[in-house]
Amino acid sequence: MTEVNQATAAEHGLSASEYDTMLSIMGRAPTITELGIFSVMWSEHCSYKSSRKWLKTLPTKGPQVICGPGENAGVVDIGDGLAAVFKIESHNHPSFIEPYQGAATGVGGIMRDVFTMGARPVANMNALRFGSPDHPKTRHLVSGVVAGIGGYGNCIGVPTVGGEANFDPAYNGNILVNAMTVGIAKADKIFYSAAAGPGNPVVYVGSKTGRDGIHGATMASAEFDDDSEEKRPTVQVGDPFTEKLLLEACLELMATDAIVAIQDMGAAGLTSSTVEMADKGGVGVELNLEKTPVREEGMTPYEIMLSESQERMLMVLKPGREEEARAIFEKWELDFAVIGRVTDSGRVMLKMKNETVADIPVAPLVDAAPIYDRPWEPTPTRAPVMASQSAEPENPLDALKQLLASPNHCSRRWIWEQYDHMVMADTAQRPGGDAAIVRIHGSERGLAITTDCTPRYCYAEPETGGKQAVAEAWRNLIAVGATPLALTNNLNFGSPERAPIMGQFVGCVSGIGAAAAALDFPVVSGNVSFYNETSGEAILPTPVIGGLGLVDDLAQTARVAFAEQDQAIVLIGTTAGWLGASSYLQEIEERREGAPPPVDLVVEKANGSFVREQIIGGAASSCHDVSDGGLIVAIAEMAMASGIGAAIEAPETGIPLHAWLFGEDQARYVLTTADPAAMLEAAEMCGVKASVIGQTGGESLTVGGIHTISVNELRGAHEAWLPEYMAAP
Amino acid sequence: MKSAVIVFPGSNCDRDIAVALERASGTAPAMVWHRETSLPAVDFIVLPGGFSYGDYLRGGAIAARSPVMRDVEAQARAGVPVLGICNGFQILTEIGLLPGILMRNAGLKFICRDVYVSVADNRTAFTAGYAEGQVLRIPVAHNEGNYFADDETLDALESNGRIAFRYTTPDGAVCDAGNPNGSARNIAGIFNENCTVLGLMPHPERVVDPAHGGTDGAGMFTGLVEALAQ
Repeated sequence: MTEVNQATAAEHGLSASEYDTMLSIMGRAPTITELGIFSVMWSEHCSYKSSRKWLKTLPTKGPQVICGPGENAGVVDIGDGLAAVFKIESHNHPSFIEPYQGAATGVGGIMRDVFTMGARPVANMNALRFGSPDHPKTRHLVSGVVAGIGGYGNCIGVPTVGGEANFDPAYNGNILVNAMTVGIAKADKIFYSAAAGPGNPVVYVGSKTGRDGIHGATMASAEFDDDSEEKRPTVQVGDPFTEKLLLEACLELMATDAIVAIQDMGAAGLTSSTVEMADKGGVGVELNLEKTPVREEGMTPYEIMLSESQERMLMVLKPGREEEARAIFEKWELDFAVIGRVTDSGRVMLKMKNETVADIPVAPLVDAAPIYDRPWEPTPTRAPVMASQSAEPENPLDALKQLLASPNHCSRRWIWEQYDHMVMADTAQRPGGDAAIVRIHGSERGLAITTDCTPRYCYAEPETGGKQAVAEAWRNLIAVGATPLALTNNLNFGSPERAPIMGQFVGCVSGIGAAAAALDFPVVSGNVSFYNETSGEAILPTPVIGGLGLVDDLAQTARVAFAEQDQAIVLIGTTAGWLGASSYLQEIEERREGAPPPVDLVVEKANGSFVREQIIGGAASSCHDVSDGGLIVAIAEMAMASGIGAAIEAPETGIPLHAWLFGEDQARYVLTTADPAAMLEAAEMCGVKASVIGQTGGESLTVGGIHTISVNELRGAHEAWLPEYMAAP
Repeated sequence: MKSAVIVFPGSNCDRDIAVALERASGTAPAMVWHRETSLPAVDFIVLPGGFSYGDYLRGGAIAARSPVMRDVEAQARAGVPVLGICNGFQILTEIGLLPGILMRNAGLKFICRDVYVSVADNRTAFTAGYAEGQVLRIPVAHNEGNYFADDETLDALESNGRIAFRYTTPDGAVCDAGNPNGSARNIAGIFNENCTVLGLMPHPERVVDPAHGGTDGAGMFTGLVEALAQ
């Protein structure tokens, strides 16, 4: 047997002090299997050791919250006796090494988190960040990631209804693949992971265990270097067909009352599922590892415990229900094995052919997991960029066309047409709008879903960026007419061991917390992904927000596309012409500078509430929030989606025209209406700033009666970039 | 109309077609597990879309050897109408109830989007709800929808009126611009000799309800209910 010492511990990513803590818990030299278990449980990925202190500050409660962070996914009440179960999770490192399988298994993993809780997944979303389009790996990564996400979701038959994708050189060595799943369960039939009942059988179901993915969680907890290609064997291989069978079998068994507790085997596989189930239930678990269904002969206890083979679940059943459960899994042609039992020892005891290979007290393993208060430095503040410091373009519509054809603004159709976004036949708003809407099956109600983050704001001013990400996700839900319910977050950062990076994290979390509290938009689940850096180059801080909202009546929703000709275009919110950290400055002037636009959460809430009332009351015929690229990009997107043009008049404000058109002031929406006078009056009553800025009609976009461009020309430019880029050799 | 939907491991449009059939006929179809060896007495059989057996080997190849398929084939040969959508179409070609094969899309990518198809002939049970030449907007979602057969077979399909639907542009032109996947002669769906078996790649069950953003698929099911009642 391999001898365990400080050197082996270091190879497993444990620090000297962590190794000492382990020795004092064990009171003896650990076995190699025990070391493996400690190392993955104490990895950043599983223990949240650098982030936990800060995550505790986030608001997680509300009358709608059934289950907040800590379980497999968050759960919120959606009425009619139903609950939405949702979470977002990263699969960044594996996707960089092996894009198809990395992304595919990311989707598979997050879906398991949701159906483990008893919910049928109804929608997938994602948030993707790639390196510069000029980087030699980017095309290959985009192609593989998109195919992988589609390959998994399409096969299992859950629609991928939207997401976001952006390019920036900061992701050249570390792409981001964040996958989100939303499921629906009966509110009184949520399944949890706390094991209970000494003597109850512990059951393994799903795929067999192979040697794939060993130490995936540890890989996700370290930086990349030039040898990262050698980590390819730690990437798992997905099988969506088996996951489909596992989904149906689990839901079939869940319809009975045979299950005491259930947990999927995700990161750190059988180790984390066993330890978490025992810890949550305050019990022990004894496993006989030779009973584990394995793919190949001669697998050691270490390999069995650390494998990250996909499509597996661990369950505790009520006594005597094994055969009923077995019949269901055999019907679906899946492995089913009783591999152990719950004990009252408070220990995880692992045996292989009657030999004890690990015997660890659960509470110290979990409770003594290191927690670090990492040193952090606040990000230096930036000066604003005044509109006068930016040269006015000769024709702002040329700049608009250039922006719409740029990698970060062009149409994402090439991506979402590879995702089956209509299977389950409940997709009420397809990709391409502010938020997707899926109908709650068998009703006329719906769930609105979005993902959002503006990393350049987070980089410039983390706290504002964190606030803005939450506010924009919230706004996206409002813009389709939904009531925002709760959010899930995926906090992607560089190494927490560097104070400036930790400062970005602290700032972003603080902003997320402030916005979530102010907007009654609690955080119910999430994931932290640190060490997104290669050879010391960190990504932009990217705290992705996944937002969920409720639509009470699908007939009372809004879309981005202009509804009709000759309607008034109304701008909600205040425009100061804020160009700092804007898309315009970055893409057109190639300047990455300036403070990001401030986020006023009081105004945000007032404007959003007003807009939602205008939509559900039927006064607004279309709606789009104003975000990247500012007002004119929002209007152009409404025009391109409908084929209807617009004539825009800037009011006399003293703001340079291009700043008015491209500024990224927050809390703004564009609405169209047949009765602008009534809308302006209603806005005034609510203390909301609203003004008529133009009219829909024709086939061109016109500004100030001088500048004009055809909607078809814009659409051509907007649609062309991504397919042409991907088709290039 | 009494109908049956065959469910294979990996089928994923079984619920969608069941909802569409119930909406059109008022009666929920029987959901028949692939291991059954005989079907209940029904007027109509559907092989739904999805990824039966994960598309391993070839799309539809393993499902075609499922126990239930022997009875499906027997019933089809006895004249019970059979509809295969997407993966169901692939299964129908695998068991030989329809000629030709569905190859990987010409663009080598999965495609999910609305396409336009024209109705060649409305004198069949499947197309009775449409006008002849009507252009329908219906989504596709597939990786292998590129219909291929040899010229002799294609000529025979054409001359015997067995091409049920062709991909077109929005205004009904049959040309490359309207062809999403490279299918021979823009074929989106074909009949057997008696027009009692239809296989098609587009998903009519996904556009039967205004909430879907289109209802052009509804006519297939309402037309079937009416035709089979006669």
